[in-house]
Amino acid sequence: MSGTTATTQAAAVPARVFWTALAVVGALLLLTYLVAFDNGAVSQSGMLLHELMHDGRHLLGVPCH
Amino acid sequence: MQSFIQILLRGLLAGLVGGLLAGSFAYTVGEPWLDRAIAVEEAQAAAAPPEPDGHSHEEALVSRSGQKAGLFLATALFGVAMGGLLATAFALLRRRPRAPGGVRSALGLAAAGLVAVVLVPALKYPPNPPGVGDPGTVTARTVSWLLLVVLGLLAGWAAVAAHRALRTAGEAPRAAAAAGAFLATVGAAYAVLPTFQEVPGGFPATLLWSFRLATLGTQFALWVGVGLVFAVLVERLGRSAAAPTATPVAVGA
Repeated sequence: MSGTTATTQAAAVPARVFWTALAVVGALLLLTYLVAFDNGAVSQSGMLLHELMHDGRHLLGVPCH
Repeated sequence: MQSFIQILLRGLLAGLVGGLLAGSFAYTVGEPWLDRAIAVEEAQAAAAPPEPDGHSHEEALVSRSGQKAGLFLATALFGVAMGGLLATAFALLRRRPRAPGGVRSALGLAAAGLVAVVLVPALKYPPNPPGVGDPGTVTARTVSWLLLVVLGLLAGWAAVAAHRALRTAGEAPRAAAAAGAFLATVGAAYAVLPTFQEVPGGFPATLLWSFRLATLGTQFALWVGVGLVFAVLVERLGRSAAAPTATPVAVGA
């Protein structure tokens, strides 16, 4: 079942679109990480980004504290 | 390629609109409860014995008004990210045979996002205001919550797969199979993942409940906004590019 699905998709999606989509997904997940989980380790901004996003993180329902 | 970029840009724009909508909702409805929770937290901190070294209150890096402005930044960026992911999923799925039409799959994907990314995790790990939650378990809670987001998406996929597998059956058995596959996946995830009960004994129940409703409303505003704006933009794109399109677009079933 999953095998057939994968082949159908691979045949339908050109390689350039696939790699662009993969890069886009990576960039968007990084953005999500910076908003929802960063505490300075990745952004090197200390706790600044973390504190700035504090209210948004709480009200979007992301685990915090 | 051209059409993927066109869809992606519309998703990012829809995400920005949805994110700002969510920010407005959170600012109006959620912030008063957040302020009260911080007041409760500070009252408890003040009642506790002071630190031996004398400075129990550290200097705030970002002021409260700065954090309230940051709320809009956070929801806007989160919305842009979700809108882009939604558009990417939409662009890849629509190439498959038997994919539903543009508006239907745009709205369906946004609804799936709301259920899988918000409702499934929130029922097991309800969002907490400041002052609730043990800082020592935050990593475990975050990892479990992320796992539940992934399992929520998996449950949505299982529902669609079950629905498709019974193609020859009537609509009612297919819907029952889809619901069963979804509930079985979510139920198994709820049973296996750890539970955290960390609400302090004296924390006001009304405040906790209202805060949690406000977070659900914020996410609801975000996903409904993203879904509706994206569906409208995609429909307009489909109409303007109806004649000269390079990619095969499967419309209808």
